[in-house]
Amino acid sequence: MSDNSKGLLLAGVGGQGVILASMIIADALMRAGFDVKQSEVHGMAQRGGSVVSHIRWGKEVASPLVEKGSAEVLAAFEWAEAIRWVDYVRNEGAVVTDIKTIVPPGACNDTHAWSTAYPRFEIDLFRSRLIETRFVDATANAVQLGNVRAANSVILGSVAAFVGIDLIHWEEAIASLVPKGTEEINLAAFHAGMNAPMAQIPAPPAEPAEYLGPHLIDIQQDWCKSCDICPRVCPEHCLKLDTDGTLLVINADACTGCRLCEMLCPDFAITIRPPAAAEHHEPAISGRKM
Amino acid sequence: MTVDIEPRSETGTTVLLSGNEAIARGAVEAGALVAVGYPGTPSTEILESIAHRTEMQVRWSPNEKVALDVALGASLGGVRTLCTMKHVGLNVAADTFMTMAYTGVGAGLVIVVADDPGMHSSQNEQDTRAYARMGGVPLLEPSNSKEAKAFTALAFEISEQFDTPVLVRTTTRVSHNRGVVELGDRMDKPVVGFERNPQKYVMIPGHARGRRPALLRRLKELAEYAETSPLTKESGTGDSFGVVTSGIVHNYLREVLPDAKALKLGMSHPLPIGRIREFSKTVDRLFVLEELDPIVENDLRAAGIAVEGKEFFPQVGELSPDAVRRGFAAAGILPEYLSIEPAPGTVARPPLLCPGCPHTPPYLALKRLGAVVTGDIGCYTLAALEPLSSMDTCIAMGSSIGMAVGMAASGGAGAPVVATIGDSTFLHGGIAGLADAVYADANITVIILDNGTTAMTGGQEHPGTGTTLQGAEAKAVDLVGLCEALGVRDVRVIDPYDMGATYSAIEGAVAHIGPSVVITNRPCVEAPVKVRDTPFKVIAEACTACQLCMTAGCPSIVWSEETFEGRRKVVIDPVTCTGCTICAQLCPPLAIIPITSEAEAAR
Ligand code: SF4
Ligand code: SF4
Ligand code: SF4
Ligand code: SF4
Repeated sequence: MSDNSKGLLLAGVGGQGVILASMIIADALMRAGFDVKQSEVHGMAQRGGSVVSHIRWGKEVASPLVEKGSAEVLAAFEWAEAIRWVDYVRNEGAVVTDIKTIVPPGACNDTHAWSTAYPRFEIDLFRSRLIETRFVDATANAVQLGNVRAANSVILGSVAAFVGIDLIHWEEAIASLVPKGTEEINLAAFHAGMNAPMAQIPAPPAEPAEYLGPHLIDIQQDWCKSCDICPRVCPEHCLKLDTDGTLLVINADACTGCRLCEMLCPDFAITIRPPAAAEHHEPAISGRKM
Repeated sequence: MTVDIEPRSETGTTVLLSGNEAIARGAVEAGALVAVGYPGTPSTEILESIAHRTEMQVRWSPNEKVALDVALGASLGGVRTLCTMKHVGLNVAADTFMTMAYTGVGAGLVIVVADDPGMHSSQNEQDTRAYARMGGVPLLEPSNSKEAKAFTALAFEISEQFDTPVLVRTTTRVSHNRGVVELGDRMDKPVVGFERNPQKYVMIPGHARGRRPALLRRLKELAEYAETSPLTKESGTGDSFGVVTSGIVHNYLREVLPDAKALKLGMSHPLPIGRIREFSKTVDRLFVLEELDPIVENDLRAAGIAVEGKEFFPQVGELSPDAVRRGFAAAGILPEYLSIEPAPGTVARPPLLCPGCPHTPPYLALKRLGAVVTGDIGCYTLAALEPLSSMDTCIAMGSSIGMAVGMAASGGAGAPVVATIGDSTFLHGGIAGLADAVYADANITVIILDNGTTAMTGGQEHPGTGTTLQGAEAKAVDLVGLCEALGVRDVRVIDPYDMGATYSAIEGAVAHIGPSVVITNRPCVEAPVKVRDTPFKVIAEACTACQLCMTAGCPSIVWSEETFEGRRKVVIDPVTCTGCTICAQLCPPLAIIPITSEAEAAR
């Protein structure tokens, strides 16, 4: 690596302020007299996607991109992102991560095949590569100071120990780049981050309830008068009127048990039953009018 | 995101500038008086960073073709002019581009084109260096912010010296890379004035035949310039191998092989073939290290210089220090490449429409209708992904409407044909398509998703927003009037947050025989102002865990710890919820209510 330039990665979710935070780090390093390059990606990735910013510093920096396995430290604003980018950290490097979790909607739908599970708080791999891991409850720290939006500055404060430049450079960088009027709170948050205790690793989220399969659709055919209401309301396109007026279940696997059909059938011809193994609760919707 | 660094800094100070900000600063220092462009990642911040400069006219055009026309007009009028766009924007402007190489320019004209290798935010990864060759236009490739500023300023000089437009090509990693730059003075370049010269500026065949040889002569002179120019830079030592590089990849080379002998081409078209030939004689093996296509590699082969390149370095995607290390390892220059232990699997996090995005309901309705949806370019392209999954095509700016006309003409759609297009994209490249839909009396529906901004690139103004790049008031194109004037008989304006009205309007428009237009009227929740209404919550006891609310794909709705009948109930994150009401309208048991109503009830 050219003249021992160092690397840092900052990762988070679009909208979390990754780019501003990395500008602050880059600015602080420049104020400390280093050559600095910082690289990020804009556009589509910022729409709630995974966002990462690379920072390199040294006497004279060549590449703005950090090479895999070479970063001194990875700063993550979110746990799943810490895992996503950890292969950029060098052995015996460090990870500073918020214990915040942002679960994407794609990980929250047990009726569709596209779900992927949110990763648990496990650091075996970090340990095997001798990476020092520091969990920070940035949100709690920022809330304590009175502004949840200062959470990023808490993380910056915790990262500072691994960057090794004088405090004054950080303070000047923060003061010059955060939105006007928030300088004081962000500086306070930075200091809180410097002294933030190791946060308690949150208990793993309860395992997703086992998906028991689709609900069961019972049709009382002789009560059905072929009005075509239920096929039109079913959000999952489970039902269809045949050309002769018979009501067909065409997509039984997709039924979510929303009971729109049951509620809107004027002739009470449909009954929706939960999948067999589920313990039975009285649906809270009974008696409610749409 | 642009931070206003540039105006606060004075000559001689050292600041951190992104490549885009540095390009803008280069134009400022070169005395440019006009800067135009159309937003497109990764080029957008160039104009934004100098929008405040009152001594210049800095403007968004409705598309890149218009921007380049404006730029050429300004240049002929005698002022130094900057024109910015992303790589695919040059396709739109190509008509003007190819012929302006014949006419030459008035005062200096620099076209900045930002390529996106790796397609971080683009539909393809075409290589602008190919355009330079096709048009016969010189192309400079800065490798960092310092060069971005210096090369831009130099490009104006080259433009005037050789009477040619000059391309400055960046890539994502140059445009969105911040580096240390020293600021200089702004040159004073007064207006020169237009000089009539029809032989040069009126490209009828008789005149153009005279300009074509002039273009070829000029290219020859430019090649001679490249031979001696300091833009071509040799560094490093050794005689076993040498590397020809340009742009960002030179930095990766220096990272991986700090002392390797290298010839860096600041101007990569036309090539300094003589210099490269000399260089090749000093080494045993010659490599070309270039991102995307083997353009320099092929040029050198054609010139009879033996080179190695794409057999070691990928032609797909962007290069990185890792890719360069791997390539040189494969070539036997570096020891075997050892991969780092890969990161453990983590949750997929594709980009999403924002909480409360007004684009959501029309796509829910289209999914319901089972329509064949020709899409277009913008945030709403995300409707192609789960859970909305209701877009069937997306090709290029404005393509949706013409493709819908063709799909309808084919008779093979098997479902209603609907084109969806944003307001900025419609004004960019959709109007002619709609004229064709009327002309062909095509049985299609066009949904104009008018959110009052160019959202995908961060919220830029356009001729329909009623504001300028500086935020001043401007005339706004009346979309309803425009559609009616084009001859569309069925034009409806809907509130997309009213799900019932959205469904029935789209159903009605689809039923209309002939072309129909539905225009949505809710602003983007992120720009120009952040829309934040009363957030909603889920009454846990009433939620039946049907997850129907989740079909809208709102990022604020996630699983709760509670279950009902074996399925997860849901909760809403009150911090990110914008209170759009979409999920509440979907919920069968009416379990989603605004947070205040409960507070009110408690009083
Ligand atoms: S319960 Fe809901 S999903 Fe199931 S069939 Fe009825 S309307 Fe469709
Ligand atoms: S709503 Fe009831 S009556 Fe009407 S078609 Fe459906 S089952 Fe038959
Ligand atoms: S109201 Fe519902 S759909 Fe709208 S932003 Fe809030 S949670 Fe998302
Ligand atoms: S739509 Fe309503 S009942 Fe269904 S999961 Fe969402 S909040 Fe619960």
